[in-house]
Amino acid sequence: MTPPAPENPAHEAPAHEAPTDETPMLELRNVSRQFKVSRGLMKGSTNLKAVDDVSLQLRRGEVLGLVGESGCGKTTLSRILLGLMPPSSGEVLVGGEPMSAADRKARARRIQPVFQDPYSSLNPRKTVSQIVSAPLEVHDVGAPGDRARVVAETLDLVGLPRRVADSYPGQMSGGQRQRVAIARALVMRPEVMICDEPTSALDVSVQSQILNLLLDLQKELGLTYLLISHNLAVVEHLANRVAVMYLGRIVEVSETAKLFAGPRHPYAEALLASVLTPDPGMGVPDTQLGLAYPNPIDPPSGCAFHPRCKAATDLCKARRPETIRDAAGLVECHLATPAPLPA
Amino acid sequence: MTDMQAAPAASPTAPAPGPGKVPGKAPAGPWARMRRRSLRHGGVMFGAIVLLGFIAMAFLAPLLAPHDPLSQSLSTRLIDPFWGAKPHPDHLLGTDQLGRDYLSRMIYGARISLTIGLVAMVISGVIGTAMGVAAGYFGGRIDHFVTFVVTTRLSMPVILVALAVVAVAGSSLTVVVLVLGFLLWDRFAVVMRSATRQVRDHEYVAAAQALGMPVSRIVMSEILPNVLGALIVVATLEMAHAILLEAALSFLGLGVQPPTPSWGLMVSEGRKAMFFKPWLIAIPGAALFVLVLAINLLGDGLRDVMAPEGRS
Ligand SMILES: Nc1ncnc2c1ncn2[C@@H]1O[C@H](COP(=O)(O)OP(=O)(O)OP(=O)(O)O)[C@@H](O)[C@H]1O
Ligand SMILES: [Mg+2]
Repeated sequence: MTPPAPENPAHEAPAHEAPTDETPMLELRNVSRQFKVSRGLMKGSTNLKAVDDVSLQLRRGEVLGLVGESGCGKTTLSRILLGLMPPSSGEVLVGGEPMSAADRKARARRIQPVFQDPYSSLNPRKTVSQIVSAPLEVHDVGAPGDRARVVAETLDLVGLPRRVADSYPGQMSGGQRQRVAIARALVMRPEVMICDEPTSALDVSVQSQILNLLLDLQKELGLTYLLISHNLAVVEHLANRVAVMYLGRIVEVSETAKLFAGPRHPYAEALLASVLTPDPGMGVPDTQLGLAYPNPIDPPSGCAFHPRCKAATDLCKARRPETIRDAAGLVECHLATPAPLPA
Repeated sequence: MTDMQAAPAASPTAPAPGPGKVPGKAPAGPWARMRRRSLRHGGVMFGAIVLLGFIAMAFLAPLLAPHDPLSQSLSTRLIDPFWGAKPHPDHLLGTDQLGRDYLSRMIYGARISLTIGLVAMVISGVIGTAMGVAAGYFGGRIDHFVTFVVTTRLSMPVILVALAVVAVAGSSLTVVVLVLGFLLWDRFAVVMRSATRQVRDHEYVAAAQALGMPVSRIVMSEILPNVLGALIVVATLEMAHAILLEAALSFLGLGVQPPTPSWGLMVSEGRKAMFFKPWLIAIPGAALFVLVLAINLLGDGLRDVMAPEGRS
């Protein structure tokens, strides 16, 4: 490993990329995560690299989309960012400061999740107001009397009538529940929200309402989002930049418009092609890549994408491509050339 | 993909009024629904009423019992109960070999059975739930350790261990309660472990962790309320179990000591006259049967009543 990268990703200068020269809101430095998986009785266990040496930055106020097929490690990455799971190696920095497991509360105030399934993310034995005020109680914010007001205001913010405060999740629709989950995430006014497939468990009719709510909140409160989705249309609608993940690696990072206009990685290209084909299925894009997704326990040699890549060469089979970080973002492919610096 | 086609076009304004509405007649919350279902559940109602009856009897024993349960009288030995050949109006359920009023002894006996059942159930419930929830929530080494301890415990026959301890420590109400309390936690541990593992995988637990909630509070407010159904079922089973074990130990002479009125002891004492005066063992036996049945029906029914809601 440790490719002889021309520059350390940690020192990647965003000077010619973003208008801000602030430190990134959230940063992953060479983060990896392995799982021990048993190969069956008496065969011992091997390591599955769910996230493999990922360095990624989330800039203040942006929406970064994260796309990739099922099993590529998106949820694992988000759980590491949330501190729900320690990385096997590497560092997570929040606002430039390294975060350790000990800073659970400090991290919680800055980063909050919105999960995929609002049927699973709300405790069925608590009322909406108990759910939404729990963060205030845990962090000891405000007097008990004030909390009811803060909860009510937060319900307003997410478009729920105040009278649902005494309802239980079982009494609400999927869309309403997801609004409750968003209210819980927002009540402490975090800086970053990690949305892992925030709409894919919802009825089609409410998906766009929830997405628009997320977008409005982001603008109104100046939030930073990491938006994980199978659905490229969602990402195109919301994200400023998109990171494409394949088998635990980030293989391309580009601005949304540029990615959709001309992807640099063949995998991103295949994902985009799948958007154009009508897919009434589950929202999981049919990549039309023919070959099935490789077994993550036993990843292909060289470039992990080569067995499915139309343009693969012998070099792709033999050697892992280096990460190219340039003005356009990031790409990891033997066939890509660094973009010239803007004049 | 088609599902998102509308999204970019939709207006980015405040949410449409639709999703904000609670349907006209909202389904009840989990507790209200439980109450309503309980009232319609035969097993729950029967179990609860009978159990409450026994509890009331135990509490009000001094008021209800017509006689002192310990006072002996040679002149009134072995009187038949009211359905027998020679009943006596003063002794509705007759008297035993020592002339003690059987009804009064039965009423006071409820105190012993219920005390032992409840206290042993609480002790074993606390031990087993703590172990099971810790194993289920943390997994890994803690889980291995708890599983090992439970397996060890399961390899020891309860009644033999109880007998051995009682033989060494002497038999008294306290010893019996403690022995049973420290022996009967295994089922709590096993059931709570698997229930906790299921609940732990829900995203609301991850949400609680992500908001920095301390583990103790996650267990109290997120895990326990959602494993309560399973906990109640095991608790009732173990309470019934403890009551029967106390009766068995007392029957063997290693439980509650005479002259304390324990139903198990009464069966044991009645054994000698059982062919001539079968009611001596039939009455306490029937009381044990009804009490244990009521507790089990209640637990079983509560599990139905607390079954998780469907995704409406
Ligand atoms: N706790 C775990 N133990 C073992 N393997 C795991 C664990 N969690 C995830 N994995 C494996 O890690 C890989 C990445 O999983 P992850 O859930 O991050 O994928 P994902 O991109 O979120 O997929 P999806 O789009 O289906 O949600 C998968 O191969 C998965 O099987
Ligand atoms: Mg996932």
